[in-house]
Amino acid sequence: MSSQASPSLPTSGKLWDGGNEPFGASYGKLMMWFFLLSDAFTFSALLLAYAALRFSSLSWPVPDDVFAGVPFIHGHFPLVFVGIMTFILIMSSVTMVLAVEAGHRGARNEVVKWMIWTILGGIAFLSCQAWEWTHLHHDGAWWGSNPFANADGTPGQVNFTNLFFTITGFHGFHVFSGVVINIIVTIMTAVGVFDRRGTYETIEKIGLYWHFVDLVWVFVFTFFYLI
Amino acid sequence: MSTLAHSHNPSNGHGSHAHDPIHGHDSHGHHHKETFITKYIFSQDHKMIAKQYLLSGMLMALIAAGLSLLFRLQLGWPDRTFPWLESIIGEWGKGGRLDPNFYLALVTLHGTLMVFFVLTAGLSGTFSNLLIPYQVGARDMASPFINMLSYWLFFLSSVIMLASLFVESGPASAGWTIYPPLSALPQAVPGSGLGMTLWLISMVLFIASALMGALNYITTILNMRTQGMKMTRMPLTVWSFFCTAILGVLSFPVLLSAAVLLVFDRSFGTSFYLSEIYIAGEALTRTGGSPILFQHLFWFLGHPEVYIVLMPALGLTSEIIATNARKPIFGYRAMVGSLLGISFLSFIVWGHHMFITGMNPFLGNVFMILTLVIAVPSAVKVFNYLATLWRGNIRFTPAMMFAIGVVSLFISGGLTGIYLGNAALDINLHDTYFVVAHFHIVMGSASMFGMLAGVYHWYPKMYGRMMDEKLGYLHFWLTFASVYLVFFPMHFMGLDGVPRRYYQFTGFEFMSEWMDMNRFISVSAIMATAAQLIFFYNFFRSIRHGKVAPQNPWNANTLEWTTPVERLHGNWPGEIPHVHRWPYDYSRPGAPQDFILQTVPDEELPLAARGRPTNEALSGAAVTERVNTPSAQPVASSSVFIARLLHRIGLRRA
Repeated sequence: MSSQASPSLPTSGKLWDGGNEPFGASYGKLMMWFFLLSDAFTFSALLLAYAALRFSSLSWPVPDDVFAGVPFIHGHFPLVFVGIMTFILIMSSVTMVLAVEAGHRGARNEVVKWMIWTILGGIAFLSCQAWEWTHLHHDGAWWGSNPFANADGTPGQVNFTNLFFTITGFHGFHVFSGVVINIIVTIMTAVGVFDRRGTYETIEKIGLYWHFVDLVWVFVFTFFYLI
Repeated sequence: MSTLAHSHNPSNGHGSHAHDPIHGHDSHGHHHKETFITKYIFSQDHKMIAKQYLLSGMLMALIAAGLSLLFRLQLGWPDRTFPWLESIIGEWGKGGRLDPNFYLALVTLHGTLMVFFVLTAGLSGTFSNLLIPYQVGARDMASPFINMLSYWLFFLSSVIMLASLFVESGPASAGWTIYPPLSALPQAVPGSGLGMTLWLISMVLFIASALMGALNYITTILNMRTQGMKMTRMPLTVWSFFCTAILGVLSFPVLLSAAVLLVFDRSFGTSFYLSEIYIAGEALTRTGGSPILFQHLFWFLGHPEVYIVLMPALGLTSEIIATNARKPIFGYRAMVGSLLGISFLSFIVWGHHMFITGMNPFLGNVFMILTLVIAVPSAVKVFNYLATLWRGNIRFTPAMMFAIGVVSLFISGGLTGIYLGNAALDINLHDTYFVVAHFHIVMGSASMFGMLAGVYHWYPKMYGRMMDEKLGYLHFWLTFASVYLVFFPMHFMGLDGVPRRYYQFTGFEFMSEWMDMNRFISVSAIMATAAQLIFFYNFFRSIRHGKVAPQNPWNANTLEWTTPVERLHGNWPGEIPHVHRWPYDYSRPGAPQDFILQTVPDEELPLAARGRPTNEALSGAAVTERVNTPSAQPVASSSVFIARLLHRIGLRRA
């Protein structure tokens, strides 16, 4: 081996020539991206199962009639509560963006502040989901039972509730995991782990995950509540 | 970086790159003092993890082969009793006869263990871990910790899968494809009770393990290549692991979704896959689902899985064939392109497993055409292997024999794939022994041969010693012969309509003529398994008693042969070498040796050997080389013979 310049040795500036990070991203961030790609396929498969089962049913319950409850208030308010839930989750994505931005500046206290807001948003979303599940359960809805009649008046297609609880549950599990990881990362930030490491990249990675979970919710929301 | 300082060798000459930020984390998991636990059990070293995968895979292969012998006994001698069966499998072999339910469980676990635990984890897990960091020039995987986690999740999943063998109601027995409603309803078959639950838990852990492994392989290949290791300078092994990992990342999650829905159907009273079912004379109240939905989800994984199993074997074969033919691989870019093509196509052909599910014939046609298109990249690979061997200076090492075996099996099994990919022919052939023959040859045996070739070839890298060649040849010929003896006759059984997964063929008049053949197949299967014991003996004996390996026993070009023979955390004692050329510079005209390591820059070569050799120069050099090498004489004369033959039948102009 020789250190002398060689015509066949590529100039080190070239992206794909080795000794380089071709996407300008560390391995950890790449891993997160590929994990999210994988997770996107998991959710896609579930939502395609939803589509297949729904389109093979002659009729389906009307979401506006099912999801019309709001805590402490009696009456028919379609989409109001889930609108609030969605708003909370999207706001938690905003606070996550602010945490990532603060991380870029290395502002530890700000990161902690925005992470706490994000965690609160996540917990609020999960609480809303818990209330909604309880509410539906009181109406007699659960895995294997659907009290809500189909649009054409026939007894409710039971896969409506089966899919609802399974897929929103699967998403809720993702949010829950995210909250747990957020808490761990916030503690790590507070005790100065990332200052010692010299980079707040972990916040970026968990941020990617959090935004992804939000994005998935947009699809889940559309499939179950809007159409 | 600093923890590796004890091994830095400043005289190496690459001082200017010493603190390359990309390799700043190359000291991950490095400990000055390795305890037994950190070295052998919870190791984060890619080489040790590779060995862990290999040994686990070998153990699983042994168990899976044992299971197949049990059901081959039943198929070969359905009228005989084997009293000793009762003493090893108890109730399942009462009176020396295999229980029909346990027969189904055996078939299921044989398939599951072989496809996932041996040929996915054992093959890709072993060689991706061993070769990716070595061959791209990295000190370890991107995340050694996640790599360790990946192995131990796999281990846990293996334990759970094996534990299901000891469940009172028996292991899962709905086939490795676990189609509902059979797998969803415990009252359908005993194996759909606890055994199926354990199967699902085990597979969920397996999926998590496969995902962690694949994320590491992908990011290591993208981010950790050493200076000069362009994507187009990567050995084809690395390319195949890369494509395999991407397939895994994108297809396993769909199996996860399928499994989650199945878990709900089994335990939470849902009916995702259930509709209009009569069981034990009564109508099931749960309706509205679709068992075909499961098949779509399953085969969206299932088909890419076939290539997850096969592609690493093809990658290993490319490397071994080029090295031992002492020729550049023929059509490197076409080889890469065909891997990418196969990867892409593998996602859009899953419907060919479902032609007879009542699928719209138009959709069937679409799947059929896409399926047949896979023949193109597959043929590119086969012809490139043959062209690489053509007029090569072949060294018939055991690894080379197995690699050529892969090509043979890939051709024989690939050709029957064209029959099965045809939607009309599939009406006749579906679920017959023709299918069994097809996938055991093209996916099972070809991949197993690839794995064995890999073990023989990289054994010196793993254990610093050589395996015994004579035992290797014996192992090869016995395995090669018995594989064809087992699976080739099955084609004819399938064409005659003999269905797979039947406990015995005595109840049907038309199948009785296959009785002798079944016995013949069983005897050959016993021979095939016995041959593997030779390999096991050779493998374990050589760890201590094999000939000590030189640093580069096969005179190969790739980076792993520039590392010391002794295991070293961090792989290279000094700087990571830089790469100056592609990995297939064999028999280069004008070069002092018939191989040029990837680390050798052009300036160190004689003038005549620099730059890009012309085809004329290459073939001229190959001729002179051949004359000088006595061992190549028969090859040369046989190629002359084939050339004359081609001329005789008019395929080649004089």
